[in-house]
Amino acid sequence: MTIKNFLYVNRKAPYGTIYALESLEVVLIGAAFDQDVSLAFLDDGVFQLTKGQNTDGIGVKNFSPTFRALGDYDVTKLYVEAESLAERGLTADDLQEVMYEDEDDDWAEKPSIKIISRAEMADVMAGADVVLSF
Amino acid sequence: MKFGVVVSEGPYTHQAVDSAYLFVKAALDAGHEVPRVFFYHDGVNVSTRLSIPPQDERNIQQNWTALAKGHGIDLVVCIAAAQRRGLLDENEATRQGKDANNIAEGFRISGLGQLIEMGIQTDRLVTFGD
Repeated sequence: MTIKNFLYVNRKAPYGTIYALESLEVVLIGAAFDQDVSLAFLDDGVFQLTKGQNTDGIGVKNFSPTFRALGDYDVTKLYVEAESLAERGLTADDLQEVMYEDEDDDWAEKPSIKIISRAEMADVMAGADVVLSF
Repeated sequence: MKFGVVVSEGPYTHQAVDSAYLFVKAALDAGHEVPRVFFYHDGVNVSTRLSIPPQDERNIQQNWTALAKGHGIDLVVCIAAAQRRGLLDENEATRQGKDANNIAEGFRISGLGQLIEMGIQTDRLVTFGD
């Protein structure tokens, strides 16, 4: 099968609309197709990866733990835009830890989240064959 | 060129599905191929045959059904998104014990795999959404 670079662009907050949840559902299903997958988080999408999410008060499911399972699906490239974090008063410390085991490096645990600049994000997008924007 | 199209906003509220329709028509007129359109998020609401817009307005569902029929376009509605929003075909209605179904002719309910497959098999994937 052809292998393409799939980039899932997440621009919306995790709750308030369904985009973030339904994006993650595509990522999980798409993992079965053995494509080269990356996720991008920008604008309010950076809130999707914040730690300590608690949805008890709004009656919807907290799906943020699912991000930590992505490594098991070979989804190991989560790009977060530095400017979007800064604009919202967030830093790397506000994000949850998402790790994967690198099979090419004796299954060493490595972080999946990479914080990159807006200019680098443009390069990531330019390098993608298929961009799905949510 | 082969285009895959994603529609991710609902009919009548948002321009996305109209723009997608016009894009597909223009692409076909220009000699391109559009083998499949995938409806996701509120975009799945396009597929109900029970919508009744005022007579002097465009009928979005009927336009898509006609376009699909004329050009053999596969109109796929995401099953997970459709079930959340009460869109069922006959099989699903029976399977889920529901007393009605509402999917229009030309649309079919299937999984998100169809979206990924479309991304793999087409030259360009174009999303119409917010």
